[in-house]
Amino acid sequence: MKKINFKTQVAFAFVGFLALALVSCERGFSDEITLATYPETPEVFTDFPVGLTDAFFVSFDPAGGANVNGFGTDENEAYKGNSSIRIDVPDSGDPEGNYIGGIFLDRGNGRDLTNYDALTFWAKGAITAEVGLFGFGTDFQGDKYAVGLNNIALSTDWKQYTIPIPDPTKLVQEKGMFIFAAGTASTNGLGYTFWIDEIKFEKLGTIGQVRNSIFSGEDVSMSSFNDAIIQITGISQTRNLGDGTDVTVDIAAGYLDYESSDLTVAKVNELGQITIVGAGNAVITASAYGIETAGSLTLTSLGDFTLPTAPTHAAADVISIFSDVYTNVNIDFYNGYWEPWQTTTSNDFDINGDNILSYDSFNFVGHQFSDPTVDASDMTHFHMDVYIPGTLAAGAKLKVTIKDFGANNEDGGGDDTTQTFTISGADLSGDAWSSIDVALSLSSKTRVGQFVFENDGSDLTKLYMDNVYFYKQ
Amino acid sequence: MNFKNLRESSPIQQLSLLGLAVVFGVFTTSCNPDETQVVANFTSTITLQEEFDVDLNDSIWGYEEGTGTDGWGNNELQHYTKRADNVVIEDGMLKITAIKESYEGAEYTSARVLTKGKFEQQYGRVEARIKLPSGKGLWPAFWMLGSNYDVVGWPQCGEIDIMENKGSEPTIVAGSLHGPGYSGGNPVTKQFQLTDNRFDSDFHIFGIEWTKDYVNHYVDGVLYNHITRDDVPGEWVFDQPFYIILNLAVGGNFDGAPTDATVFPNHMLVDYIRVYAAK
Repeated sequence: MKKINFKTQVAFAFVGFLALALVSCERGFSDEITLATYPETPEVFTDFPVGLTDAFFVSFDPAGGANVNGFGTDENEAYKGNSSIRIDVPDSGDPEGNYIGGIFLDRGNGRDLTNYDALTFWAKGAITAEVGLFGFGTDFQGDKYAVGLNNIALSTDWKQYTIPIPDPTKLVQEKGMFIFAAGTASTNGLGYTFWIDEIKFEKLGTIGQVRNSIFSGEDVSMSSFNDAIIQITGISQTRNLGDGTDVTVDIAAGYLDYESSDLTVAKVNELGQITIVGAGNAVITASAYGIETAGSLTLTSLGDFTLPTAPTHAAADVISIFSDVYTNVNIDFYNGYWEPWQTTTSNDFDINGDNILSYDSFNFVGHQFSDPTVDASDMTHFHMDVYIPGTLAAGAKLKVTIKDFGANNEDGGGDDTTQTFTISGADLSGDAWSSIDVALSLSSKTRVGQFVFENDGSDLTKLYMDNVYFYKQ
Repeated sequence: MNFKNLRESSPIQQLSLLGLAVVFGVFTTSCNPDETQVVANFTSTITLQEEFDVDLNDSIWGYEEGTGTDGWGNNELQHYTKRADNVVIEDGMLKITAIKESYEGAEYTSARVLTKGKFEQQYGRVEARIKLPSGKGLWPAFWMLGSNYDVVGWPQCGEIDIMENKGSEPTIVAGSLHGPGYSGGNPVTKQFQLTDNRFDSDFHIFGIEWTKDYVNHYVDGVLYNHITRDDVPGEWVFDQPFYIILNLAVGGNFDGAPTDATVFPNHMLVDYIRVYAAK
């Protein structure tokens, strides 16, 4: 197996910095300038990377678990010609990273892909595993036109895959030629090998039936406040291939056009970010070529939102889990979507740079910070700010559990210790922030890894949260 | 002679080019009866030019409504109506729309128009420019039945399928002849497949040239099926006038039932039908 050079995003960022420095020295354009055109090279990899440098592979960040050891070419396997790309997916317990993935980057000026309608490639697995992601358009420079096909079943024979280009007219200068990510979710943690060959953009002509969706095709509703920024999610496109089969890909927001029914209430930009600008109601929809997109968001803006009083503890005296005032520790999640009993969904928002956790259909939810766990032995108190939208329900209460993971440093295992307290309705308010401070009484607090918030059977079903941290008094 | 390059031309250009082609055709047809054969021999005498620019002409067209017997003999699921929701002239085209809706016990509605008893012709060239719908369970068809259907019944009357398509196969159409001993699931048939386009993305021309000796099927000027009297494994029943039918069926024996992924409403758009005499 021949190793191909790779650069991580860190290395790339350095190149970007150099480029920036060079650009700033350039003179202005002359009057005779014509619009640049970019190569239309369709091939990405045949027996070698086409039109790309040796350093075409850019791995996902190893700090995030990407394993950089398993990428190379193989002269003993090829769908066509004498070489293919070989990817060795690591075991789930591999200390050097439990998944492999990255992009094939055009390090030149990019390519003009407007004359193609699909990316095609051949792949073969040593076993019939499922690869998490194949796609293109991710360039680690904004990923404006990213396209991803998820959970692709490999065959142990060579098989061709087709990923439609959602709107070729957008790809006048694309640098993200290919992306893949593969872990072992489908193989019970066992690593495996797969090969990819003949990656190219094509004009098939046989791809039809554009069906776009936002919010996964659902008509959703939410209330919010002035200056909140809400990201449109669940953006996908379903196309029908020449053989009559449908293929659905996740697409970047940039492929669609967005519309707000009332620009005095909400605006949407090309990145699919909705900004609330006034009180009232607005419906957000999308389209492409005038074809309506399935799904919408009906927004009710309640007007100005009062932010919680900013914390004043010195940063050195705080271990922050969720706050824009302090630097947060490494977080696993602010909603673990624990099955099967959790009903809580997240609709977090951002008011002028202050991120707010927003929980709907709340029964219980967890924050976890286990990688690494937190040594709170110097800390004396727990703090959080809670806002209950609307009228406070009679009997509303909020139960909080702080959990130390114990000697095994993992959730469970019989060595965990917890501190639990319940905030009664008397300490909460409707349509206002309540500041909660509780002294820590945990017997062990060197490996704190989790908070659990519960409504304890009360009618408290919606809340916002901010400034969740430990502090030393 | 291959007419593939005519696809992007206007209909008028196509006609004039077809006229030119006929001159060549005289030299090539007799010795080259394969896929590159000239298909448009009959161009001089137009007997029906239906451009669908105004309301559907009721001196030419009628409707068949309802669910027929056993879903028009094929277990089809639609109820045909003549409501504008299902059949209308719009933007210079005949638009037949299949809708998913409860209607008099059926799950779907659509339409079937036909020239029975109004325009019937023996031999000649019959072609239409159509943009097909697509999706599993849709069954658009442009076809003909013998004018003695009510007397001798089917399949004795004969059936010429100029074009039929399975919605689950957006690049494939079939042209067929049905007659006694070769009908239903066992016609004399052949498929034509687009390799770089789809029948639901663009308009395509579907036609036949029909003489006492053969029926030729073509798509966009490419001849793909040549059926002679000797090719049918039974009686040749195509020496009488036939009438034209356009319909969009839902479900049935040909492509099975629609799935949740099948898009409704879905349309079959017919830009024109032109019929020429066989001379």
